[in-house]
Amino acid sequence: MNAVALVLTVFVACAVEAVEALTIVLAAGLTREWRSTFQGMAVALAALAVVVAAVGPALTLFPLGVLRLVVGALLTVFGLQWLRKAILRASGYKDLHDEVGIYQRQVAAAQAAAGGGRYGVQDWYAFTLSFKGVLLEGLEVVFIAITFGDNQGNLGLAALGAVAAVLAVAGVGVAARAPLARVPENTMKFAVGVMLTSFGTFWGAEGAGVAWPGGDAALLVLVPVIALACLACTAVLRRGRAAAAMPPAAVPVTSEEATR
Amino acid sequence: MSRWLRSFGAFWYDFVIGDDWRGAAVVAAALALTALLVHVAHVNAWWLLPVCALAALGWSLRRATAGR
Repeated sequence: MNAVALVLTVFVACAVEAVEALTIVLAAGLTREWRSTFQGMAVALAALAVVVAAVGPALTLFPLGVLRLVVGALLTVFGLQWLRKAILRASGYKDLHDEVGIYQRQVAAAQAAAGGGRYGVQDWYAFTLSFKGVLLEGLEVVFIAITFGDNQGNLGLAALGAVAAVLAVAGVGVAARAPLARVPENTMKFAVGVMLTSFGTFWGAEGAGVAWPGGDAALLVLVPVIALACLACTAVLRRGRAAAAMPPAAVPVTSEEATR
Repeated sequence: MSRWLRSFGAFWYDFVIGDDWRGAAVVAAALALTALLVHVAHVNAWWLLPVCALAALGWSLRRATAGR
């Protein structure tokens, strides 16, 4: 895989998760208190950095075949989860991820929660809300960045994609001071799902001993085939949904049936 | 302690497996079958995992949308 695909996949995956984390951080900071919110965020980022520093190099100790088998399986399962959600949302079977709605719910909860500090933190609720939001959203990104980076022998480039996405989302978030509701999150989730599934199946099968026809070039076929199959699934489900939503009176009647 | 262990396990289950465990089961079975075909039957079954992954996705979507 070339460097551009590596950076782009990690960047987009990280941007999706960063948008979700930003919503939680903004709700905590604007409703409660910024200092404790930033402390929670900083501790979560430090914890994620420790995970990267510990797990990243440790993974390189495994033989490449075993690493690809395990990582390929996990990436494929992850990718299928992302695709399932994105397709159900795109076809109307699941509500689209509503950053404004989530933000309002978090704000209401933050306003209702009791105040008070602990362990030198002024507002414990703001701290824990921000810490959990950043850590949980960040774990998925860390996993994607580490596995993609390790498999390609370029953890630094994967980390660069992740950091660039966090900085971009944080920059826009600070400028807007509002949840990023206009980011095409579902489209990004779909694209990341396609990449995770494609690379996951490629590395997983390679780890199981397969030799791909054309070597790495097989990915140039695998990615569009998986994308097209998922687009076809979305179109079929959308059509089914529209047909089910059509009221009986609106069902077109043929002239033969009408004259009966 | 047991409550903490349960929630720790539930977190990792949700993180790795997600809403539908069948997808993970199909991927694991497909990888095992691929390894068997390659190493025992000497068949270069590069096509098996992508086909099974897409089939698992279709199955999962069908289950999620059935009757809705």
